[in-house]
Amino acid sequence: MNLDVFFFYAFTSLALGGGLLAITRRSAVHAAIALMVSLLGVAGLYLLLQAEFLFVSQIIVYIGGILLLFLFVIMLVNLDAGKGLRQFHKNWPLGAAVTALAGIALAVLLSRAQLPPPQQMPATGNVELVADTLFQDYLVPFEVASLLLLVAVVGSVLLARKRA
Amino acid sequence: MISTMHYVAVSLAMLLIGTVGLLTRRNIVIILMSIELILNAVNINLVAFSKHHGNAAGQVFAIFVIAVAVAEAAVGLGILLALFRNRETVQVDEIDLLKW
Amino acid sequence: MNFLETLWLIPVFPLFGAALMLLLGRYEFLDPQEECATLENRHHHDRGHDQDLRSPGGLRWAIGPLCSGFVLLSFLWSLGAVFSGRTEQILFTWVAGLPFPTFDGRPAVLAADWGYLLDPLSAVMILMVTGIGFLIHVYSIAYMEHDGGLYRYFGCLNLFVFFMLILVMANNYLLLFIGWEGVGLASYLLIGFYFKRKPASDAAMKAFLMNRLGDAGYLMALFFLLGIFGTLRFTSIEASAHPLLPWATLLLLLAATGKSAQIPLFTWLPDAMEGPTPVSALIHAATMVTAGVYLIVRAAPLFSLTPEVASLTATIGALTAIIAASIAIVQHDIKKVLAYSTISQLGLMFIALGVGAYWAALFHVVTHAFFKAQLFLCAGSVIHALDGEQDIRFMGGLRRQMPHTFRTMFIATLALAGWPGLAGFFSKDAILASAWVASPALFGAGLITALLTAFYMGRLLFLTFFGPYRGHVEIEESPKRMTIPLWFLSVGSIGAGWFASPFASWLGATPVAHSWGVMPASAAVAVGGLALAYHFYLNRPGLADRVESAAAPVAKLLRARWYFDDLYEWAIVRGVARGGGSTLASLDQTIIDGGVNGLGWLTRRTGAISRWADTWIVDGTVNFTALTVKLASFPVRFLQTGFAQSYALVIVMSLAALAGWYMLRSA
Repeated sequence: MNLDVFFFYAFTSLALGGGLLAITRRSAVHAAIALMVSLLGVAGLYLLLQAEFLFVSQIIVYIGGILLLFLFVIMLVNLDAGKGLRQFHKNWPLGAAVTALAGIALAVLLSRAQLPPPQQMPATGNVELVADTLFQDYLVPFEVASLLLLVAVVGSVLLARKRA
Repeated sequence: MISTMHYVAVSLAMLLIGTVGLLTRRNIVIILMSIELILNAVNINLVAFSKHHGNAAGQVFAIFVIAVAVAEAAVGLGILLALFRNRETVQVDEIDLLKW
Repeated sequence: MNFLETLWLIPVFPLFGAALMLLLGRYEFLDPQEECATLENRHHHDRGHDQDLRSPGGLRWAIGPLCSGFVLLSFLWSLGAVFSGRTEQILFTWVAGLPFPTFDGRPAVLAADWGYLLDPLSAVMILMVTGIGFLIHVYSIAYMEHDGGLYRYFGCLNLFVFFMLILVMANNYLLLFIGWEGVGLASYLLIGFYFKRKPASDAAMKAFLMNRLGDAGYLMALFFLLGIFGTLRFTSIEASAHPLLPWATLLLLLAATGKSAQIPLFTWLPDAMEGPTPVSALIHAATMVTAGVYLIVRAAPLFSLTPEVASLTATIGALTAIIAASIAIVQHDIKKVLAYSTISQLGLMFIALGVGAYWAALFHVVTHAFFKAQLFLCAGSVIHALDGEQDIRFMGGLRRQMPHTFRTMFIATLALAGWPGLAGFFSKDAILASAWVASPALFGAGLITALLTAFYMGRLLFLTFFGPYRGHVEIEESPKRMTIPLWFLSVGSIGAGWFASPFASWLGATPVAHSWGVMPASAAVAVGGLALAYHFYLNRPGLADRVESAAAPVAKLLRARWYFDDLYEWAIVRGVARGGGSTLASLDQTIIDGGVNGLGWLTRRTGAISRWADTWIVDGTVNFTALTVKLASFPVRFLQTGFAQSYALVIVMSLAALAGWYMLRSA
């Protein structure tokens, strides 16, 4: 077995297994840790796909940023109080069934897909490539994204602060 | 050999996991995590096709998706805090003020 | 200093004052006595006697002088400008060009400037607004000393002066409309100054809503003028007859009747007396209510082209003058008497406008501003001294205790009644002379009004200042800061009349040659009316009551104010409320929430509505909404659960459906 294949299945099982654990855990803290595993798996997949920049971003932003935020909030709101409650919605079979239906349809569709022949990435390094595309072709969306983040920062501060 | 379709299949599986979490859990924090899973599924898809087509546009889109995910998480958790302060609950099916 | 080039500064001073007060006013250092505290303690009318409020803190003492100072600056500046010449100054293009065809198919451009026009007409108004405005500001400093929310009072007063200046200085109809709406706003804010008192807030609402009717007319008139002339600028409109022109002037007349409280829109003005008395003096007697007269004088070239509308103007004026004067005779509230008197005098001005004697109307505006402001301020002084008492039946004999107030009130009363030699005599005489030339009927109406005016003013004066004192509060003359502005105004009330012919020639008008019958007649009715009042209320007290019981139906009619309020209550308030209810029923099926709440609010606001509509609104909101949703949107209802997850479920279902559809199609 080729090393690539081994790593693909390893990372895939990390990503999917972590995801499954994340949505089934009773404790929010456990769920967050499972999510971290899943995100690490996704990061590994990026590496296999030769997206080194995204690999680093994934680890820094998701695991360093978003997940930490989740943990902070979990600590703040003392979620363990709700631990004894029912964890799943009373209509959960309906949700699962609908999701399964959509999954089957999508899987069938994907199995019929015919992709064009793959192309080779340019030989330049990945970071240069991403930078060129981002700052030449997608400069305006990039600036808009910064604005979005600014709004999100202001908005979340406004939402979360204590009323005077 | 691992083809693009393998990655798409992983992406689909992850999307379904996230969707199930989104639809069945009662805890808002875990629902937000499910959304992160869905967004990651999207990212895997984007990056896989970026490689398939041999250009970096897909990766750039993935970066934008990450930015949106960050914004969403920040605002979502802010709303969660405000909600918790007012309602003392994070069970999503106890919050039904969204009608008309 | 070139005053003409800095014309734009005139309205800036009061605007600055208003901004300063309204933006910073709520901060502690400016006005530590928040209004709530005082309004809670306020029982009777214009003021309470809270000794705590005498200990001022912070910069409260500076608010009044500061705002008065801004108006004084504005006054001095306009003096400088008026005596430097005439000009039209365009500050910037406000509404940029939008091409459109006129009614005749000529190409035109919809454009409006923010520009000021200084011609004799606006000069008169500017000087009047700032000059009298300044005196009333000064008077207010002492009058409002004990009230909370002082910053709000002076801020709104300055705001009013600003908008009034925009109104009279505008060089086009659109900018004039800005001022027109703005003074309405300031008037609303000031009538409702004691907003915790129900009558005050109701009166503010009433004034605002009735003015809206006129404003709608103004807005439509704007479109007619644009369509006819293609421009709104005063100096570019070349007046020429047009089949649609009567509509434009008719709508302008409607606007003027709203602002100037003429039939059919006059009932808001007496209620507006709920505001502080200086406000009544400035806004509801001297300046704002004359804006309608100003508008018609401004549009004089158009009105002279539409004689049918002009004669309607005169008819409205004559009817209003007589009806309002007759109501004033039976009023007991000192401010209400003056309010009806104002309506009646505005009616006289409308007579002058209708017969084309624009200068006479404007002249009466000026003289009336002097003596009516003075009368209101005197009334305020009396109310101040009597601790909020406004009923003339509980006054009497005040001339000994309040010599300054009495003397100035005496002068102003004679001036309004038209005593020969005082201001009112000359301006009224000019109107009567013009009316005599135009139509004997209008002259007769003017003469009757003059007689009634002299009579009710005599009644007011004799009941307040002569005879025995019928109240029980200890009386004290008002402070000098209040009486000095009164004396300043009396100078105008005495002297302003003598400038009739210079005034007319300044405006470029030729006064009607005096016919020698008119002047003695008007002098005779003035003296006669006063003598009659003397006989009724001093010489033979009790005679008035006997006359009243002898003519009971007439008295009843007058006391009910000719049933105008009841008519509106019955036809409009109730009618609209009821009609609104059934409109609501059909509206609600489409707009579920906003319509119910909005109209429900409106309905509650207008009050008296039948029980059916009431229950319909109260629990109907819930039941009917549910029913409507159930029937009209049967399948959608189950999706609107309010749970975010069910919405997500719908999204995933749609995804499954979409994917399934593609799957089946590509199979």
